Amino acid sequence: MDYVPHTGDDQKQMLGTIGVKSVEDLFVDIPSALRLKNDLDLPSGLSEQEVSKLMKQLAGKNKIPSISLMGAGAYRHYVPAIVSHIIGRSEFYTAYTPYQPEISQGILQAIFEYQTMIARLTGMAVANASMYDGASAMAEAAVLSCKTLGRKKLITACSVHPEWRKTVQTYAWANGYEVVEICSLANGRVDPSILEVTLDETVAAVMIQSPNFFGVIEDVAAMAPVVHAKGALLIVGVTEATSLGLLKPAGELGADFVVGEGQSFGNALNFGGPYLGILASTEAFMRKIPGRLVGETTDKNGKRGFVLTLQTREQHIRREKATSNICSNEALCMLAAAVYLSSLGKNLKELAKLNVAKAAYLKSELLKLPGWSAVFDGPTYNEFALRVPDARKVNEQLKANGILGGYDLGTVYPEYKNCVVFCATEMLCKVEMDEVVGVLR
Amino acid sequence: MELIFEKSRVGRRASEIQGFDVPAVELDASLVRAEIDLPEVAEIDLVRHYTQLSRRNFGVDIGFYPLGSCTMKYNPKINEDMAKLAGFTEAHPYAPEAWSQGSLQLMFELEKDLREICGMDAFTLQPAAGAHGELTGVMLIKKYFEKRGEKRSKMLIPDAAHGTNPASSALCGYEIVSVKSNAEGGLDLDSLRELMTEEVAGLMLTNPNTLGLFERNITEVAKIVHAKGGLFYCDGANTNAYMGITRPGDLGFDVIQLNLHKSFSTPHGGGGPGSGPVGVKQILTDFLPVPRIELNDGVYSFVGDKPDSIGKMKAFYGNFGVMVKAFTYIRSLGAKGLKRAAENAVLNANYVMARLSPHFDVAYQRVCMHECVLTSEKQVRENGINTKDIAKRMIDYGIHPPTIYFPMIVHEAMMFEPTETESKETLDEFCDVMIEIAGEAKTNPQIIHDAPLTTPVNRLDEVKAAREPRVVYQK
Repeated sequence: MDYVPHTGDDQKQMLGTIGVKSVEDLFVDIPSALRLKNDLDLPSGLSEQEVSKLMKQLAGKNKIPSISLMGAGAYRHYVPAIVSHIIGRSEFYTAYTPYQPEISQGILQAIFEYQTMIARLTGMAVANASMYDGASAMAEAAVLSCKTLGRKKLITACSVHPEWRKTVQTYAWANGYEVVEICSLANGRVDPSILEVTLDETVAAVMIQSPNFFGVIEDVAAMAPVVHAKGALLIVGVTEATSLGLLKPAGELGADFVVGEGQSFGNALNFGGPYLGILASTEAFMRKIPGRLVGETTDKNGKRGFVLTLQTREQHIRREKATSNICSNEALCMLAAAVYLSSLGKNLKELAKLNVAKAAYLKSELLKLPGWSAVFDGPTYNEFALRVPDARKVNEQLKANGILGGYDLGTVYPEYKNCVVFCATEMLCKVEMDEVVGVLR
Repeated sequence: MELIFEKSRVGRRASEIQGFDVPAVELDASLVRAEIDLPEVAEIDLVRHYTQLSRRNFGVDIGFYPLGSCTMKYNPKINEDMAKLAGFTEAHPYAPEAWSQGSLQLMFELEKDLREICGMDAFTLQPAAGAHGELTGVMLIKKYFEKRGEKRSKMLIPDAAHGTNPASSALCGYEIVSVKSNAEGGLDLDSLRELMTEEVAGLMLTNPNTLGLFERNITEVAKIVHAKGGLFYCDGANTNAYMGITRPGDLGFDVIQLNLHKSFSTPHGGGGPGSGPVGVKQILTDFLPVPRIELNDGVYSFVGDKPDSIGKMKAFYGNFGVMVKAFTYIRSLGAKGLKRAAENAVLNANYVMARLSPHFDVAYQRVCMHECVLTSEKQVRENGINTKDIAKRMIDYGIHPPTIYFPMIVHEAMMFEPTETESKETLDEFCDVMIEIAGEAKTNPQIIHDAPLTTPVNRLDEVKAAREPRVVYQK
């Protein structure tokens, strides 16, 4: 099935209008020696029925657990039915970036509303239309910090998601910046006094995550003055966006950038993507931040409308002088988030509280197992780290019972061997959590 | 139209949170935020809000969308349905490999298909969009020279290139050197020879270029770049023009990024998500992002231990949901279908150019590939009507405007990419409209200046939006 509507007659007529004999004549610019003599070595085309069968077979090879204790940057949440119906409207999903505002007011207004929601949730002045994901959003905020301050050093806390740190590392290397990691933790939180010792006037930005990779809520307010005292910027990452519904926003605590993974807002797990990069900043960076920004304006009749704005930041205008190279972002994932947040409204806080309660219950039950203990005693949201007798064995035992276990910290942090980060969202009920404990008992 | 915040009424809800089946736990008050000012609306009002917004948006399913360089071809519905299979959507990226064999197999086979289509030795699927792929590709080049201990500080980029090319190279610390286009819309070889020195890491070439023209001297260009030890980068945004006809790897390119949301028909979503896989020749495979996927004894697995890798471009493995759609598309079309898609994309663009060339100036009079660049210079000169005016008038006829004022080297450019999925009747209707507008320019220019007349808003003040930025709603 190739979706080409032309009949042989159509083609003949069109070739006649063009004034060539055959379709091959249209490819004269490709040196003939470089043109393929044979078909590509690919499987033959399939009918819709056949391709559907093939894809269902592939999807069927994945095992989807009914009970999951895995978060670690990708979270299972209930998505209201309305979300898929709205993002499934082809006026949205078959459109391009809204370059022609008169026929793109739908997505432009939706972006404007989303920007407003994110600004309010993060406590920041500005939020962009989206980035690729949380990790790349953090990397771009780091690069922007270096460029803005003319400094070449960055600090990341080791409690930031390992894949986010690797992404920051890659972007920093490409730009010739150095990344230093600080690993000293108190109760699972970054120790401000260690940060103070590591910081100097060559550092452009400090990156932390809250709740961090171990599930612990960082003391952002304690960090901000330490960072700002050296003229550096504070970038706060969020991997679990629903936490924004309950926790004090980093923007109110002194963050210069809040970057986040917005997947939890109405987007499926999708084996790691597409997700939603959140990037929000103080007003000072409004004319510098990467990505699309939608602004309110009026049309020639004085009517309110929305346009892509401050585009002189962007690659299609500034080329090599642009703050970022980003073009396509994650618009449809953003739309899912906007619909999700509108659907939840003030219930987002209630949902966040439910997540806290579920995780607290699971934690308290798991702690009753012999030889299990908490790794940190700092406050947590819906993830927490436990020291277990044998991390690999625990996850294998859960797997044997069809349960997706937690994140084995020892695979990335040698110092936390046999420590596992577990996650409990609203998707787990008490009966299921009791079943988990039963399996491990 | 009202904003969702303006429709909000205290106490209304569009959702209900399930009751607590475990004891509630209070976090320390110092950690907890004040109330969140999110919209409070009933579900039906929410549905109507977004449905009304959708009706103020133009997609491929509504009408002809010849936005040049963006490849707005039809997005087959089966692709959407396959990406919604629960086996894919509910898969956690950190699930055990034994539970992820379907996803891994799909990615492994997609890489293999893309290698064959492009004539490359290896692919990564990690980049999330075309520009992200470009950035990845340029990083691979940087790493290559770093490993060889060569210091090369410059990147050559044609003046016709998409803005992401220089922006991506600049993000890797390269100084951008612009290469002129020649009179026939290709690269100026003399200028290239002069600029291509041992300080230059490579040349980023879009081929066919943003004028819709295939680089006739491609073999010579590759030779010039390679002779000085440089690498040859292909911006593969226009792969839809030659799938099954020629292969970038055979043309001498060392690295290419694809835009699955263009050539391989995954929808653009109003600006993403896309997917920007990067293909490389053997000399660059060691540097690809981690993890890689390997097949051993019938079992697929991730391999993260690649010491020379540039590292990670994002968390996890890329926009998997988009890969599902592209893979469905490639399997639906097969080798013959991909070739037929390319042939008819090129046929359609040449047909449009042939029908419109008596009425509009053509930037370069020669056979084009999948898109053609016309200009409104004649209309500017004779009728005082410019490209923006024509674009706005097209809206009144139910057609999405072309890409305008790009490439920048063409004055009053209008870049049309009809794509292969449009019928002759659609193209004829479109051409008739364009000819009608060219006629209006002579007989009734005011109606074009006033356009669009059929939209909820008309010619928004972009200067005001930038001077007094309001990027969040304030009561």
